[in-house]
Amino acid sequence: MAMVESAPAVIEVDLAVTPLRELNAALHRVSGDDRGSWRVLNPRGAHAVAVGVDAPLEIDVEGHVGYYCAGMNKQATVRVHGNAGVGLAENMMSGTVVVEGNASQSAGATGRGGLLVVRGSAAARCGISMKGVDIVVHGSVGHMSAFMAQKGCLVVCGDAGEALGDSIYESHLYVRGSVAGLGADCIEKEMGEHHVAELSDLLERAEAGFEASEFRRYGSARTLYNFDVDNAGAY
Amino acid sequence: MALGGHLAEMLLQLGDRGPDSAGLAIYRDRVPSGSTKVTLHSADPRQDWDRVHSALDAGMGAGALEVRASHAVVVVDTDAETATSWLSERFPELRVMSAGEAIEIYKEAGLPREFVERFDLASMSGTHGLGHTRMATESKVTTDGSHPFSTGLDLCLVHNGSLSNHNRLREQLRAEGIEFQTLNDTEVAAGYLTWRLREGASLEAALEGCLEDLDGFYTFAVGTVDGFAVLRDPIACKPAVMAETDEWVAMASEYRAIAVLPGADDARMWEPEPGTVYSWERQPV
Repeated sequence: MAMVESAPAVIEVDLAVTPLRELNAALHRVSGDDRGSWRVLNPRGAHAVAVGVDAPLEIDVEGHVGYYCAGMNKQATVRVHGNAGVGLAENMMSGTVVVEGNASQSAGATGRGGLLVVRGSAAARCGISMKGVDIVVHGSVGHMSAFMAQKGCLVVCGDAGEALGDSIYESHLYVRGSVAGLGADCIEKEMGEHHVAELSDLLERAEAGFEASEFRRYGSARTLYNFDVDNAGAY
Repeated sequence: MALGGHLAEMLLQLGDRGPDSAGLAIYRDRVPSGSTKVTLHSADPRQDWDRVHSALDAGMGAGALEVRASHAVVVVDTDAETATSWLSERFPELRVMSAGEAIEIYKEAGLPREFVERFDLASMSGTHGLGHTRMATESKVTTDGSHPFSTGLDLCLVHNGSLSNHNRLREQLRAEGIEFQTLNDTEVAAGYLTWRLREGASLEAALEGCLEDLDGFYTFAVGTVDGFAVLRDPIACKPAVMAETDEWVAMASEYRAIAVLPGADDARMWEPEPGTVYSWERQPV
């Protein structure tokens, strides 16, 4: 594999010459406590870049990535210096994924843990079925974000599209700008002290320069938990 | 590199998304008004194109006929309606793929790589074009079921998605006099646009009508004589990405296809919003 060691011990992989499978296989071979730094060049929209990593690596991807980048991530910090395609950090378990540009639809889908930061905007269905991941979007999110969200926080520093939090279970949604519309069973909720603390911590970790006091909180009205024929229209 | 070469690179990038057919509409060499450029397709590999050309020349006057794989392009000295009805009467075995002043449509079942090589896309220059690679979900893998579909003079449609009300809509459009060759859903969308435009709607209004009258999933790209338009359904499951530089504007299902264009790294990029018509027109040079 064409890997060049450059000081201080950053492993560079150029996807213009190295097949993607070799990159991912090499990332999977490292030991679970390896704190090494990796740099991925010329992703050119490739799918599944740095998927399934399970080590506290620092991975910088220099360019735009395609679908499913950093999916199933455990422990690693993956930073994309560009835009990301569909399904960014899908089902991430822990660690941190940061995208400097925009993310396409279904960013952070089904994520179970860790922190996903989109410094631009995210498209439709951001955080769909999230199960514990925290997502901070510096810009706006598209329609049906946090659809069936179960656990974790979605922080939107811009605006949210239609049907935010549709059929939500128990996630905390924080939006600084406008909400085009709330989905079924999603309501505005009061901001308690522990919510302010939780949101402030996320804003700081995501390097989003806003105050918790600028946000409103949305969550589950819990009326869809059990079937009630009066709610049939909302299912 | 000529425009056809760029479009070929884009198609090859997305060949794995749609490996069963490929097609291209390219706009170039605009003919004078009063003449019509026609692209013909023959399923017969031994088609006698000289006979077609001689008959066209004798019947209405025709320029040189250029054969490209299973297709041929010819400029005739009459309007499109006269030319296409004459052709369907005299050469019913030929299919008119496109008609207009600038458009040429080429499409075939088979791997996109084979299409790119067989039709020698790299040699084609032009002002703008639309390509498509197909993975059939709603109808047979045939040349007729491939994209782009003609939607009238100098107009064409490519589609990513699937329509669920195409059977009923096809019958309604047939009652309006729109003809269909296949059971393909995209052909119905193309027929719908043809009908709306024939009834006097602007392209933008016709596309907005899709939001009301088409049920299903779609990202559409429509080619026009001097530009193109893009529409995504309101649910927007089907992807689309746009990129713009000072030199060009491009749209694709995903960034891989745009990454092969010169200057893509520095292009302004965004995703078209759901339920919104986007359109571009070339500035007259």
